Amino acid sequence: MYTILKKQALNPTVTLMEIDAPPIAKKAEPGQFIILRVDEDGERIPLTIADFDRQRGTVTIIFQIVGATTERLNHLNQGDCLQDFVGPLGVPSHTEGLQKVCVIGGGVGSAIAYPIAKKLHQNGCQVHAIVGFRNKDLVILEEEFRSVSQRFLLMSDDGTAGEKGLVTDALKKLLDAGEQYDEVIAIGPLVMMKFVCKLTKEYGVKTVVSMNPIMIDGTGMCGGCRLSVGGQTKFACVDGPDFDGHLVDFDEAIQRAAMYKAFEQQRREETCKLFEGV
Amino acid sequence: MPNMSLKKNEMPVQAPEERNRNFDEVALGYTLEQAMDEAARCLNCKHKPCVGGCPVAIDIPAFIQEIKVGNLAKAYEILSASTSLPAVCGRVCPQETQCEQKCVRGIKGEPVAIGRLERFVADWHMQNAKEPPAKPAANGHKAAVIGAGPAGLTCAGDLAKKGYQVTIFEALHLAGGVLVYGIPQFRLPKEIVRKEIDNLKALGVEIQTNMVVGKVLTIDELFEQGFESVFIGSGAGLPNFMRIPGENLKGVYSANEFLTRINLMKAYKADSQTPILHAKNVAVVGGGNVAMDAARCAKRLGAEKVYIVYRRSLEELPARKEEVEHAMEEGIDFRLLNNPTRILGDEQMNVRSMECIQMELGEPDASGRRRPIAKPGSEFQLDVDCVIIAIGTSPNPLLRSTTKGLETNKWGCIVADEKTGATSREGVFAGGDAVTGAATVILAMGAGKAAAKAMDEYMQAKRA
Repeated sequence: MYTILKKQALNPTVTLMEIDAPPIAKKAEPGQFIILRVDEDGERIPLTIADFDRQRGTVTIIFQIVGATTERLNHLNQGDCLQDFVGPLGVPSHTEGLQKVCVIGGGVGSAIAYPIAKKLHQNGCQVHAIVGFRNKDLVILEEEFRSVSQRFLLMSDDGTAGEKGLVTDALKKLLDAGEQYDEVIAIGPLVMMKFVCKLTKEYGVKTVVSMNPIMIDGTGMCGGCRLSVGGQTKFACVDGPDFDGHLVDFDEAIQRAAMYKAFEQQRREETCKLFEGV
Repeated sequence: MPNMSLKKNEMPVQAPEERNRNFDEVALGYTLEQAMDEAARCLNCKHKPCVGGCPVAIDIPAFIQEIKVGNLAKAYEILSASTSLPAVCGRVCPQETQCEQKCVRGIKGEPVAIGRLERFVADWHMQNAKEPPAKPAANGHKAAVIGAGPAGLTCAGDLAKKGYQVTIFEALHLAGGVLVYGIPQFRLPKEIVRKEIDNLKALGVEIQTNMVVGKVLTIDELFEQGFESVFIGSGAGLPNFMRIPGENLKGVYSANEFLTRINLMKAYKADSQTPILHAKNVAVVGGGNVAMDAARCAKRLGAEKVYIVYRRSLEELPARKEEVEHAMEEGIDFRLLNNPTRILGDEQMNVRSMECIQMELGEPDASGRRRPIAKPGSEFQLDVDCVIIAIGTSPNPLLRSTTKGLETNKWGCIVADEKTGATSREGVFAGGDAVTGAATVILAMGAGKAAAKAMDEYMQAKRA
């Protein structure tokens, strides 16, 4: 069984869990994801691997409580088991040979950006990290990012943490100051990634984004996670989740991500009521 | 005296106007009386042509003779000697092009209803068997099977019966492959699949779910773990799309996704955690069994109009005749000799219509079927809010990209010996859709069975 070895609230809506999954921990690489089911009859949800420990055989996930399934997941505690936990899926992030990279994380996306920054740092790559949150209460992994980056810029929408502004404001400042990057790696909300890519396109800097569309199996079987990339249809689960951000059709991805919004809201409300009733 | 009726005993079914609103099984199965009466139609021919039409070579006249005298336990024993999944085969095999096509009674009149009889015996066994099958004596050797679909389950069952310690590695959270994610409840109840799989477990087969071989484990690692031979039955899971404009609109599904949401993820139940679009007007593109399944599911989810859009005519429709008839009875609208050209959406990218072009049939092509040719200027709009693409699947590239020395052809299918399933890698065998591309459950089972025999011979020779 997939036991939860550790549970930690990183902020009111974001939780970290360490899962006992030795075979997955043995193979996992930054950028890959797992699919889990909380209970029998539960839906399958993909979560990008936030960290792993090959020795201890653990895989760390960090998730935002956004729907019924993450609500249910957040009601489990240390010692509880997940119904299913499968991975590592997807293609690992490409980190070899990069000399200088700007890693950008937005909100809970920072949890996925962090292992990539860490791996780059371990490879001897110079890392500039920009992370953005709505306000100071939502900041996660600040110390972790600091420890693996040469430059660290913290941004918040309301100015209560770090500097006031968007991650794109910080990136623009660095680029205008003449910073040259082999690559920008941006992971966060679709809108953030879209505008990072818009900016880096102007500056001609290659940009990689990590896509997290609606998925079922995660092995290429359903095609639900398809995206338009450079005019071609790609499956995020097997061709990605990393893609050249300048080729991704973000507007399409944003629409597709909202396909079941009404259903999801209703299910989440039902789930919340269920837990309140307990 | 044999029963010389020219017609098969009809199998009771749910009324069309009733069943197209529920997911309960359509065909209800024979009573003992009907089964015995049908069994009496078998002439028990000496040359048994029907057996030659069965990919797993069931001794068909022998099990039917036992039904005739009411000895159902013996009938089941004969069936299960050749097939690990009789309740499944009795329901989903295309008997009309296999055993029943060869039946002598079919020369004048209808063939013996072999499929219905198989189902009857298997269902009787499930309801009446008290003991799970006995676990065979272990021979101390290990074999691995990748994929718990029809090919893998059959291969595992046959190896287990020979005493091998078999482990199946399944990527999804549930064993069964297409039997659980693809074929709907109303055609193959999932409880039946589960019981057949429980029988395999009783034989000692271990099933590890959530194991994506090629990702969490490689075939090389399986050998390192002490498995002496490996069977690949990973299927053809990758959905094909048409590559027409609008395919990424919201409301366009691959049949795989639509059926997986409904069957594996239970979206047909009102309290399911898995969302599915409840569309008003649905177009299913394609003419195979999967297209029929998708159309009939869409109807059951409450769609008012469900179209099958197929570019050839009724004659070329690749789905089983019975499935086409069932679909027509349930009110599915067949728009034949039409081909989609693009899918149109609104500002929120929801599907609003599908543009099709009329086709006519020209000269036969390489497949022997008459080639459909578009009639210029005949485009028209079909008002739909959901489109399901059911034009076939390709093998999943996960294994071939992570296994050194595994030869595949230009379509990505694993190259394997037709008789033994042997691949270009020593000790690695393959069968089912992973080798043939999308085909039928029973062909996959036949391949799994043949591979089990070859794997046993391979492992024995290696030990000698």
